[in-house]
Amino acid sequence: MRAIVARSLGLAWVVPALALVGVFVYLPLVQNFGFSTLEWDIYSGSQEYIGFDNYAKLLDDPVFWSSLGNNLLYAVISIAFQVFGALLLAALIESIRGEGWRRSLRVIYFIPSAISLTVAGLLFYFLYEPNLGPINHLLEAAGLGQFAAAWLGQEGTAMPAIIAMSQWQGFGYSTLLFAVAIQRIPSEIYGAAAIDGVGPVGRFVHVTVPLVREMTGLMAIVTVSGSFQVFNEVMVMTGGGPNNSTQVLGTWLYRSGFVRNDFGYAAAIATVLFVITLGVAMAQLWVTRRRRVEW
Amino acid sequence: MVSRLSFMGVIARVFMWAFLLGLVVVVVYPLLWMVLNGFKTNAELFSDPFALPVDWSFDNYRKAWNRGVGDYLTTSVLVTATSTVATVFVSAWAAYGLTRVDIPLNKAITALILGGLMLAPTVALVPLVKMFQAMGLYNSFWALLILYTAFRIPFTTFLIRAYMIDLPREVDEAAEVDGAGRWTAFWRIILPMCKPIITSTVLLQILFTWNEYLFAMVFTSGSGVQTLPVGLTSLMSKHGTEFPVVFAGMVIAAVPVVLLFVFGQRYIVKGLADGIGK
Repeated sequence: MRAIVARSLGLAWVVPALALVGVFVYLPLVQNFGFSTLEWDIYSGSQEYIGFDNYAKLLDDPVFWSSLGNNLLYAVISIAFQVFGALLLAALIESIRGEGWRRSLRVIYFIPSAISLTVAGLLFYFLYEPNLGPINHLLEAAGLGQFAAAWLGQEGTAMPAIIAMSQWQGFGYSTLLFAVAIQRIPSEIYGAAAIDGVGPVGRFVHVTVPLVREMTGLMAIVTVSGSFQVFNEVMVMTGGGPNNSTQVLGTWLYRSGFVRNDFGYAAAIATVLFVITLGVAMAQLWVTRRRRVEW
Repeated sequence: MVSRLSFMGVIARVFMWAFLLGLVVVVVYPLLWMVLNGFKTNAELFSDPFALPVDWSFDNYRKAWNRGVGDYLTTSVLVTATSTVATVFVSAWAAYGLTRVDIPLNKAITALILGGLMLAPTVALVPLVKMFQAMGLYNSFWALLILYTAFRIPFTTFLIRAYMIDLPREVDEAAEVDGAGRWTAFWRIILPMCKPIITSTVLLQILFTWNEYLFAMVFTSGSGVQTLPVGLTSLMSKHGTEFPVVFAGMVIAAVPVVLLFVFGQRYIVKGLADGIGK
């Protein structure tokens, strides 16, 4: 008995963390399911149980589907640039002989990831600005004035413009992590490949790519997960407009709950986000379980 | 054959360097443009966006500071400092309990704390607003401090735990021989041994808190409690016609974290790499 008490005293070490995570991370998650079954007006305080009606409403909401589509587009483009592009870039950087160059390039490319998405988003808002933005000025100077546009002001270009900013902001982060993974490959393997007459392209395809496979898997998962949680840059650059064309699940949740005062519906969108991000996290767990590349 | 190969090699190297340096321009030019615009007048900005400032005056910085950026910066520093201390200590305690102390239900508790890594903050948004309104903490400094701490404990505990678990058992035994209690052993022996990973988690928490937007935007509205990311958007909507002042505000928000990264990159990179790969 005394032994059990003594052992339980050790719980004091984990109680603060457990309490904070339990109350502020897990509890809201459970509550969210309950809220998603309510018709709930936050100002009048009226609440009514409506079962799965909010989910039915979701299926009929064109903006929900276009938001989901925008998240998917975000994921696909980010995988191309921040996973495959970054891997190639990291391999190029690590192939440079001078350590000073390698370090400088990694640091410079990472700087946009250190500044906030708010600053990066505002900066690109100005870069895209039709009158003072350098992008239109550059196009005109190059004789391509007919391509100048109000990038964030029209439905066709607004979402790609936001996604482009996000690639600029994020590619240095994944490049840095790939560079770390490449540095962990024993140099004897590259040496042996070079002696066998394998060229730089062959070394990339047959040595680098297979040996950073695990990092590639993790980066892909982190990138997809991040793509479904996009919020900051859209709020700062377009607020979801024009005509809801740049809404993503996060901003549509915010707008539904906090602007259109439909908390139950916002909770239903949150449930969809939960299912997607949990699925992606499960995939991450599966990849890390199978980790440890055999040399 | 050999000379042709090396000729191709030279061409390939030229292309590689052109690409890498071109990318440097793509990254650096927008940042440089931002800094330069903070020194211009509105008229200069509109007449030629590529021109250098005529007069290098800090007027816009002074204006930005007086129009709220000073307050936002103070709030950001306070929230960042307090949440970093809270997150790192609570997480280090938990990591110590999970790795060095024999506690019941260890596996389940570990899974519960680290499982929080899988949950997106957006999902909890609606209930959290309700909860903080009920507690009377909505639109307060406390809301941000609590949320930034709670949502970062899983990641921070994960990193510190992975480090502590590799410390040799003999360390604890030596502490017991010395007659040191658990509390003393934690502060005097284990925590100092974890200094590298503690440094990593501190720097990563600062980067996170300084730049966080979702919670800051939803949970605060008055200028007395807004942090820089949200404050900058207020500055933009209130004084949106005076763009150089907004640019000055953006520079003020960006400089501290860029410096932090440049000087602390060794620890930041290690933390990020361990965080994603373990």
